[in-house]
Amino acid sequence: MDALKRVPVREQDPKVRATNFEEVCLGYNLEEAMEEAGRCLNCKNAQCVKGCPVSIDIPGFIQQVKVGNIEEAARIIAKSSALPAVCGRVCPQESQCEGKCIRGIKGEPVSIGKLERFVADWSREHGFVPEKPETTNGKKVAVIGAGPAGLTCAGDLAKMGYEVTIFEALHEPGGVLVYGIPEFRLPKEKVVHAEIENVKKLGVKIETNVIIGKSVTIDQLFEEEGYEAIFIGSGAGLPKFMGIPGELANGVFSANEYLTRSNLMKAYKEDYDTPIIAGKIVAVVGGGNVAMDAARTAKRLGAEVHIVYRRSEKELPARAEEVHHAKEEGIILDILTNPKEILSNENGWVSGLRCVKMELGEADASGRRKPIEIKDSEFILEVDTVIMALGTSPNPLISSTTKGLDLNKRKCIIANEYGETTKKAVFAGGDAVSGAATVILAMEAGKKGAKGIHEYLSNK
Amino acid sequence: MFKIKKAKQLSDIIFQMEVEAPHIAKSCNPGQFLVAKIDEKGERIPLTICDYNREEGTVTIVFQIIGASTERMSKLQTGDYFRDFVGPLGVPSEFISEDIEELKNKKVLFVAGGVGTAPVYPQVKWFHEKGMKADVIVGAKSKDILILEDEMKAVAGNLYITTDDGSYGRKGLVTKVIEDLVNEGNHYDVVVAIGPMIMMKFVCMTTKKLGIKTIVSMNPIMVDGTGMCGACRLQIGDEIKFACVDGPEFDGHLVDFDAAMKRQSMYRTQEGRALLKEREGATHHHGGCGCGGDE
Repeated sequence: MDALKRVPVREQDPKVRATNFEEVCLGYNLEEAMEEAGRCLNCKNAQCVKGCPVSIDIPGFIQQVKVGNIEEAARIIAKSSALPAVCGRVCPQESQCEGKCIRGIKGEPVSIGKLERFVADWSREHGFVPEKPETTNGKKVAVIGAGPAGLTCAGDLAKMGYEVTIFEALHEPGGVLVYGIPEFRLPKEKVVHAEIENVKKLGVKIETNVIIGKSVTIDQLFEEEGYEAIFIGSGAGLPKFMGIPGELANGVFSANEYLTRSNLMKAYKEDYDTPIIAGKIVAVVGGGNVAMDAARTAKRLGAEVHIVYRRSEKELPARAEEVHHAKEEGIILDILTNPKEILSNENGWVSGLRCVKMELGEADASGRRKPIEIKDSEFILEVDTVIMALGTSPNPLISSTTKGLDLNKRKCIIANEYGETTKKAVFAGGDAVSGAATVILAMEAGKKGAKGIHEYLSNK
Repeated sequence: MFKIKKAKQLSDIIFQMEVEAPHIAKSCNPGQFLVAKIDEKGERIPLTICDYNREEGTVTIVFQIIGASTERMSKLQTGDYFRDFVGPLGVPSEFISEDIEELKNKKVLFVAGGVGTAPVYPQVKWFHEKGMKADVIVGAKSKDILILEDEMKAVAGNLYITTDDGSYGRKGLVTKVIEDLVNEGNHYDVVVAIGPMIMMKFVCMTTKKLGIKTIVSMNPIMVDGTGMCGACRLQIGDEIKFACVDGPEFDGHLVDFDAAMKRQSMYRTQEGRALLKEREGATHHHGGCGCGGDE
C-alpha cells in the first residue's frame, strides 16, 4: 500500500449514473475505512480541526475508526455535529479539513469527509442514537427554518436542556438539504430524514407549514407563545436573475425552481404530480455547486447540458469533486462565456442564448482575475432551456414583518459573532446573515447561535 | 394534517372546501392566498382564500380541476385531510390598510370571472362588514358554472350577472357590463378584477379607456409561494415582480398580460399528461417536448 495515496472510494459508473438518481459515491466499507484511517498521522497540533467550522475532533474519531471502534467514533463526531452523514457528503473538504491535512503536503490528504460519512452511515445502519438530555430547564426557544443552521442550533440547545421548536415554511424539514441538493449527491430518505430524526430524538419539535412573518410573527412568538429567545436560520432563498433580456421566456428557470421541482417535489418520479420541463439542450448559467447540481439533474432527465461560466475552469466556485463528476457524466463546460440575451420563438419559448466570449484580465476585489468581453466574439448557443444558477439573497418575509430587526445593504440580517441581532432576544445565523454559503458554514453559525442564546438566557 | 370540515361541489369542475387551519384563519386577510398539498405525491397548489372564520379556525378554498393534483383533490370528502396547508401568503388587498372614512367616499366595482368569483367574495364581504356596499359584476361562460351567487348577493351592493351564452342574467362579456354601467351614469373610482388572465386583460383595456384605476389578482405558475423559486415572476411596468411576495394583486394597467399568459401555459402539456395518467392509468412520461405546441 502506498501511504501517499488514498484508499479509492467506489462510485457508480459515470455512464450508468448519468441516467439514474441513485447516489454517485458509494462510500467506504469497514476494511477500506480502517485502512484509510491508518494513513492519519494523529498530529498533536491537528491542522484539520482548525479547518473545520464546527471543530470536530477529527484525529480523535479517525483513531477510533483505525481500530474498528465505530460507535466511539460516532460519539466523538456527535459532540460537534448533528448532521455528519450530510457533512461527509456535501462539505467542501478540500478547502477545509482536508485542505489543511499534513499528509497532503507530500501526497493525498486523508479522506476525512469519506471517513466521516462512513462513521455516520454505519451509526445509522447500526441504530446508534445520540443521547437525549435527561432534564429540561423549562425555557422555550423557537428556531425559524429547519435547514442546516436551524437544525444544528436546535440540536445544540436541546442538548443543553432547552425546549426547542423549529418552525419550517415548507412541507418537509431539511431546507436546502431537501429542496436544493439532489438525491444522487445526498439521499433524502436514507440520510437527511434519518439525521433529522436524530435531532428530533434529542427532544426538538418540528412544525412544518408555518411561515414566520406570515402565519405567526416574531413578536407573537414572544408575547403569545412564551418563547424566551428566537434563532432565525431562514436561509437565502430569493433567486437572482441576470437582468438580461428574455428572462421571462418559457423554459427559463431559477436553479431553485428547477431543483425544488426535482428534489423536494420528486418531479423526476413517475408517480408524483409535480411536472418538470427537462429540455433537450440546457444551458446552466453559473459555476457553483448549485449550477453543477442543476446541470447533473438536467442530464439525468435526458438533456444535453452546457455549463456557461464567465471565468475559466480554475475559478469555478464548485467543489472539485462536483466538477469532476459533472465532466465524467458528460456535462459540457462552456467557460469564459457570458450570456447577453435569451432568445425566444413566436410562442414565447427559449430558442437560444446569445453569448459573448471572455478573457481574464487583472485581479479584482475578490482576488480573482476579472473577466473581460472579447470584441466581436458573440455567438448563439442553441438551447431550449436556461437555468439561472447565480446565487440567492435572503428572503424578506421575516425582516419585513419584524420591527427592530436591522438589515445590511445586501438585505442580510445584521448579527454579531454570537448571532445576536439588533432585536432583543433574537439571534440569527447561516445564509440569512452571510448570504448564500455552504451547509457547514450554516451549521457553524447555528452552533454559535445556540451558544449565544445559552449565554443570553443564563444571564437574563 | 388539515381536516376538511365541509366539502361541496359547485359545478362539474369547481369545488369548495372549508378546512381547519387555525394559523391561517387567525392571520389572513382578503387578497391573500395559501398553498395546499393533498398528500406526499401531490403538487403544491396556490389557491386564493375565499373565506375565513377566525373563531372556528377554518378557511374556505375554491378550486377548479386543472391538473392531476386538483383532480385528486376534487375527490376529497368532508372528514378527509390535506397533508399540507400553508399560509397566509402574499400581500393583503390595498384597501385593508386604507383609511376607512376615505374609503367610504370611494366607489369600488368588483369584476369576477368564473372561479375568480371565489377570491372576490371575501373582499366584497369585507366592504359589507365595514358598512360599505360595493357593486359586483360576475361573469361566467354559462349558468352551470356560475358559483357563489347567493353568498355574493348577501354582501354586494348591486350584483350584475352576465353569461357568455346568455343562459343566465345578461348575455355577453363582463367588459360590456362595465361599459354599460359607466354609460348609464355610474361612477367608479376603482375596479378590482379577478378571473382568468384573458378576462383581466380585457377588463384592464376597458378601464384604461374609461380612466378607472384597476387592481388585478395574478395567478401565475408557482412552486413554494414564499419567493424562493421565482417561477411566478411577472413584468409589471418596467420591473420584474414575484406574484407570491410582491402580489398577488397589482395595478392592472402595468401588467404585461401577454407575457404572463405565455408563461402560464408552460406546463399545460405536462399537466394534461399527468391528468391523463391519473384518469386512465396510461404510461405517460414526464418531460414533454418543451415546444409548447398544443397551446
